[in-house]
Amino acid sequence: MSELTADVTLDCIGLRCPLPVIRLAQAIRSVPPHGVVRLLADDPAALADVPAWCRMRDQELLGVDRADDGVATFEVRRR
Amino acid sequence: MSTTPADGSESAPRRPRTYLDAGSSEPLRPIARETLTAALAEGWADPLRLHSEGRRARLLFDSAREIVADELGCRPADVAFPPSGTAAVHAGLYGMLRRRRPRFIHSSVEHSSVLHTADHYTEIGGQYVTVGVDRDGRVDVGALKDELDRAERGPSLVAIQAANLESGALQPVEEIAAACADADAPWFVDAAAIAGRLPMPSGWSVATASAHKWGGPAGVGVLAVRRGVGWRAATVSDDRLDPRSPGYENIPAIIAAAAALQEMSNGAAERADRQRALSDRLRSRIAATIPDVELIGPEDGRLPHVVACSFLYVDGEVLVTELDQLGFAAASGSACTASTLEPSHVLAAMGVLTHGNVRISLTVDTTEEELDAFLTALTGVVAATRDRLGPL
Repeated sequence: MSELTADVTLDCIGLRCPLPVIRLAQAIRSVPPHGVVRLLADDPAALADVPAWCRMRDQELLGVDRADDGVATFEVRRR
Repeated sequence: MSTTPADGSESAPRRPRTYLDAGSSEPLRPIARETLTAALAEGWADPLRLHSEGRRARLLFDSAREIVADELGCRPADVAFPPSGTAAVHAGLYGMLRRRRPRFIHSSVEHSSVLHTADHYTEIGGQYVTVGVDRDGRVDVGALKDELDRAERGPSLVAIQAANLESGALQPVEEIAAACADADAPWFVDAAAIAGRLPMPSGWSVATASAHKWGGPAGVGVLAVRRGVGWRAATVSDDRLDPRSPGYENIPAIIAAAAALQEMSNGAAERADRQRALSDRLRSRIAATIPDVELIGPEDGRLPHVVACSFLYVDGEVLVTELDQLGFAAASGSACTASTLEPSHVLAAMGVLTHGNVRISLTVDTTEEELDAFLTALTGVVAATRDRLGPL
């Protein structure tokens, strides 16, 4: 995973689909172009839905890191 | 006809329902209902007995088997009727796995009964390999061939469905059959999505289906095992008609299922054309009308009666519940609608959006007017849900 410093970190642990993606869409509006949002989520649907959102909304998924405890960390750069 | 309850009040007018979930279960065909009623009177006796009642039941059973064998492209003696599609899958797969203990190669989008069989197989020391699919849900035949080429790992058994009911994707069955034949590996095909709808592929060793998917009654699975396939009953059996499906046969339901299959099969080509036109139109209108939607499954090479899509930011449970209140029955593969709270393994394997998912599957009787009304309702529900969220 990159060593980028995120402009915004979103803790969506405990939230179920589609809330993590909704929070991500709201947060990406709050950072400038090329700004980075880091999202933490443990909903298994996020593993499919965050990449799908990036593809559909033309945002850049920098990386996904899955920890052993089931929490995934996504880094998304605003285009 | 209007009815007035005993207290004299006018009953509320019933909103007409539109059922768009044939993928879960096609409504019982009238011919199946009529045949079932007749068969309950004619085919109830023990088909193993030599009295007239028993022989009559046996004749009816044999004729049902002939109809199903004709549809599948096999011999009547190859066909058995386990009590569900899942029971057919379990009996069919385990009968082969237990015999030679092959490597069990299956796709990532198989029915849960196949995936559970794979998990259970590892518990008794077996091995399985999962072959992935592309974004449209089609099996990666190259990866299948690579796995089959690893002959040093011993014999293989391949389980790949004919088509997927969540994405609508038709699998490349001719390539799969050829790859299995080249590797001398038996091919198990789950044909539940296509039986009575599309031509059966050739080249399979064991096939399964389920009558309620074609408008027959629930409780009738189909298991066909070709002669010469290494299959042996994996469970304790009995001395009745068939070790592939032990127990007293539900002959009336089996006959009703065969009658529905024959009717569905006779009209299949014409109906497929009509349903394809309807579902193509619905698909393109959804894409043109509602923003931020992902259409699921391939544009071409799709089951004629299935349209699936996922809407960004929409909760799948809210979607199907609100559509239901508006009179429309549709299914969803989103996690919040599943008993496990996991998203559909099919959608996840495809790498498509799993939330806000809805699958519309047309029944034999679905009309263009119904789909137009559905699209209006869907557009309204999606827009209202998103409006509550503010700008995104």
